Amino acid sequence: MSGAPFTSPFIPNTGDDRAAMLAAVGAASVEDLFADIPEAFRHPGLGLPAPTPEMGLRAEMEALAQRNFHAGEHPIFLGAGVYRHFCPAVVAPLVTRGEFLTSYTPYQPEVSQGTLQGTFEFQTLTAQLFGMEVSNAGMYDGATSLAEAVLMACRVTKRARAAVLDTVNPNYLAVIRAYAQPHGIEVYETDPAAPQLLPETACLVSQYPNFFGCFEDSQAFADLAHEQGALCVMSCDPTALALFRPPGDFGADIATGEGQALGVPPSFGGPYVGIFTCRQEHVRQLPGRIAGRTVDAEGRVGYVLTLQPREQHIRRERATSNICTSTALVALWAAVYLALMGKHGLRRVAELCWQKSHYAASRIADLPGYSLPLTGTFFQEFVVSCPAPPSEIGAALERAGIIGGLDVSDRFPNGMLLCVTETNTRAEIDRLVDALAEAAR
Amino acid sequence: MTPDGAPPLREAAHNRRRLLMERSRPGREGVTLPASDAPPQPMPDAAMLRDGLELPEVTEGEVVRYFTHLSQLNFSVDTNFYPLGSCTMKYNPKVNEAVAALPGFALAHPAQPERQVQGALEALFRLQTFLQEVSGLPAVSLAPLAGAQGELAGVLTLRAALEARGEGRRRKMLIPDTAHGTNPASAAMAGFQVVHVPSDSGGDIDLGAVRAEADGDIAGVMFTQPTTLGLFDRNALEMCRVVHEAGGLVYADGANMNALLGRAKLGQMGFDVVHMNLHKTFSTPHGGGGPGAGPICVSAELAPFLPGPVAVRRDDGSYGSETPARSIGRVGGAQGNFGVLIRALSYITLLGADGMLDVSGNAVLNANYLLAKLRPLYDLPFDRPVMHEVVFSARKRPGATALDVSKRLLDHGFHAPTMYFPLVVPEALMIEPTETESKETLDAFVEALHRIDAEAAADESFLHGAPYDAPVSRLDEARAARRPELRWREPEA
Amino acid sequence: MSVPEDRRYSKEHEWALAEPDGLILVGITDVAQHELGDVVYVELPAIGERVAQHAKMGEIESVKAVSELFSPLSGEVADVNADLKDNPELVNESPYENGWIIRVKPDDVSELGALLDAPAYAALTE
Repeated sequence: MSGAPFTSPFIPNTGDDRAAMLAAVGAASVEDLFADIPEAFRHPGLGLPAPTPEMGLRAEMEALAQRNFHAGEHPIFLGAGVYRHFCPAVVAPLVTRGEFLTSYTPYQPEVSQGTLQGTFEFQTLTAQLFGMEVSNAGMYDGATSLAEAVLMACRVTKRARAAVLDTVNPNYLAVIRAYAQPHGIEVYETDPAAPQLLPETACLVSQYPNFFGCFEDSQAFADLAHEQGALCVMSCDPTALALFRPPGDFGADIATGEGQALGVPPSFGGPYVGIFTCRQEHVRQLPGRIAGRTVDAEGRVGYVLTLQPREQHIRRERATSNICTSTALVALWAAVYLALMGKHGLRRVAELCWQKSHYAASRIADLPGYSLPLTGTFFQEFVVSCPAPPSEIGAALERAGIIGGLDVSDRFPNGMLLCVTETNTRAEIDRLVDALAEAAR
Repeated sequence: MTPDGAPPLREAAHNRRRLLMERSRPGREGVTLPASDAPPQPMPDAAMLRDGLELPEVTEGEVVRYFTHLSQLNFSVDTNFYPLGSCTMKYNPKVNEAVAALPGFALAHPAQPERQVQGALEALFRLQTFLQEVSGLPAVSLAPLAGAQGELAGVLTLRAALEARGEGRRRKMLIPDTAHGTNPASAAMAGFQVVHVPSDSGGDIDLGAVRAEADGDIAGVMFTQPTTLGLFDRNALEMCRVVHEAGGLVYADGANMNALLGRAKLGQMGFDVVHMNLHKTFSTPHGGGGPGAGPICVSAELAPFLPGPVAVRRDDGSYGSETPARSIGRVGGAQGNFGVLIRALSYITLLGADGMLDVSGNAVLNANYLLAKLRPLYDLPFDRPVMHEVVFSARKRPGATALDVSKRLLDHGFHAPTMYFPLVVPEALMIEPTETESKETLDAFVEALHRIDAEAAADESFLHGAPYDAPVSRLDEARAARRPELRWREPEA
Repeated sequence: MSVPEDRRYSKEHEWALAEPDGLILVGITDVAQHELGDVVYVELPAIGERVAQHAKMGEIESVKAVSELFSPLSGEVADVNADLKDNPELVNESPYENGWIIRVKPDDVSELGALLDAPAYAALTE
């Protein structure tokens, strides 16, 4: 160590500045300013490491990052709600411009038009993609969007039960349970083949395509819900919606989704953005922020946060949700991605996912010892029954330099949920097939 | 109109802000995608396919120019002093961005088996250890995705601990009248009944009111320390004692942790749960409204109930991800906002223990300096040294309400303070300079406020029209709310 | 602020006006609309719903505030002002006429007697 005193590159006050400021304040030392903290608790000592300069920090973090076996170096066939999609190089530098990255929630609309208009674009593009009337500015992620949808359905119908199909992402179901339990909302699972609604059910929740990659009879779910005065709530994969009928087509009342699929890096779980769309008539029951179009004093078009009395900073304990900071920047990422992909590109991505995943599935189905236990139409994910426990197959794939699928043996004997997107080349798929064949020997 | 009959410049400015769908022209593409390299597969049944997809058709260059222009309509920490109280808008180091973008982090998948993501799990474990040290509490969950969700997860954890004591019937959650709106909203979402508690004449919590509510039905109190008045609450120790004695638990909203780094540990002062806003205290960028991260730190009694997953170090030195035994469950679909967590880890590693003390010391010094310099202009509701921020009341001059002053500051190139909050201070201006601002910037800000005051003194109506130099003037919020236009729609023919 | 003499007032700033057909017209006062600022949304009870004197019957939102509406008397909601859905500003522009909120079929019209008269309400809001 050089013994030089630590100087933070982020703190401009010099010793002279501090002296001048303390004089203005009338304090003898910075420590004096903390006199309200009881002495017994003041300056307790902080057992953190010594400062690490940027060079050392980068080396340390790169070493950690390199210890991950990751999709930057290995083909990945894992999805389960988080998907690796191609993202044009232009998205990251635009979205991470400092003006977007380092602004706060747009409380002063006159100097936040960039964030607000970007949010409005997100609302427009997601509402159009989902075939729904309105969208909010985004929730934390797909799981919390769905949980908030359940709470909203209970507010709209004034009922306290939620039916969830047992083919919904189990992590999403866990979040629904955590959110519903304190409200006394009873959450129960039902079989998509023969869904049953108990009396006083607020909503029927389905996933499109479901957790195992398959499409189900969404129209029947919507009709069943509506016959019983319940809302139809659908959690949808945004990529699939470029090719398949959107939830609005089935008459969904609330449709949510994981915006991560819109070119957002998997980043070990976040940050993502939850898409939340609904019918216009329920707009005042929406949770979270909403941007709206208006005019300024001179009649110029501008954007503001609107319908604010729904929110916690005004309605406090009677708010539609406690959500405050959400994931505006990721919503902007999704909007820029959708702008670039556009009408044709996103459909092309979905077609590529379809083509490649169906190629992979047909090849794997031909392998001795492997089979496809599900027969429904799937989009980009499918369950494979393996000849050995999927954990062993996954380890074999790892030895072959491949990130395998999710172990779903709790639902299907030796089941592995594999995912193939447009980012997987035919060569990767063929490698996967060879490695699976090898693992079966 | 211009001399040659072209549209006025104002219209040109408007054109630069046309929406994507208004720019869209059939035949334009924003991306090229390859053909499938796999043998063709039959497409799905046509009845399952959608009819048309309304998304824009624009080129990459147009997208770049459009969003770059939009960005330039924003104030941000990178471009402006942003003294938004309680939001801790400090400089966000760029190296944090580079670290979070490392492919080993950005491309790690949350459902990979533990042995494939040892680096990510070790990073999470390290951050947990650091936050334990900062809070003085022994257990941490990094799962909550933002501050408000940390609050919800925190009070659900508190509720689970009460249930485990056989005290699950307790329903009352005390919340000071200075609290952020998220506190009562989170308490309500966790199934508690909110009881508001006033502040006393010194700006501390009213202990008499706390004692009056401290009965067999009290579940706890949600308390922000330092408070939203920018004060270190001198009654908090006694409040914790009273609530504990009555059988309740104490939740600390750590939104204002910037003032306490290395100066005090909430866990040592009687708090059972603390949430932290990494996007405030630990410099992760706010992104115009997130992403954030709201980890919660809890006492040993509450640890078994933490939301999962939690990173653990196993006896063999490997790292794992586990859900605590009696967890309240999941609050998100994956592993927490890892990309935000990694930025905070990077920041704490950069600054270390010495840097943390430097942060709190300079943040508090800067706030007290503004207090001293602005005292002649505004009413100070509680005349005592502040912590990280100072709250003034702009009630002295009718021509310079908190709103007027805030809007006029924008013309001077400064973001406005938080206004009309906390609710207990009329015409509140809540100013948080943070430690990353220089004395020169603070002096220029003080100078601007003096000029604004002089403007209002000269012409009582002048400030009502501000801002004059922003991209737009005051917006008609009533119109937006009365007839909500929440998305672009095809104009009717 | 105007306080018409032809009707009765509650301390919660609602007014009640007996109509020739025996129904009671209900709205909020000029003072209340002024205090709220720009009204952007009125959450109305459903026709046929029961309302009770001084109990919550709906909510009224301005841009950055929300207030509860309390019925000045008990009865059944006979009609609601549907124009408020698209034009909530009527409450600001015409609180005593076009901005009325509901029409109540009263249980007991003598409840009106317990409300304030115009001078008493005006004194309350001085």
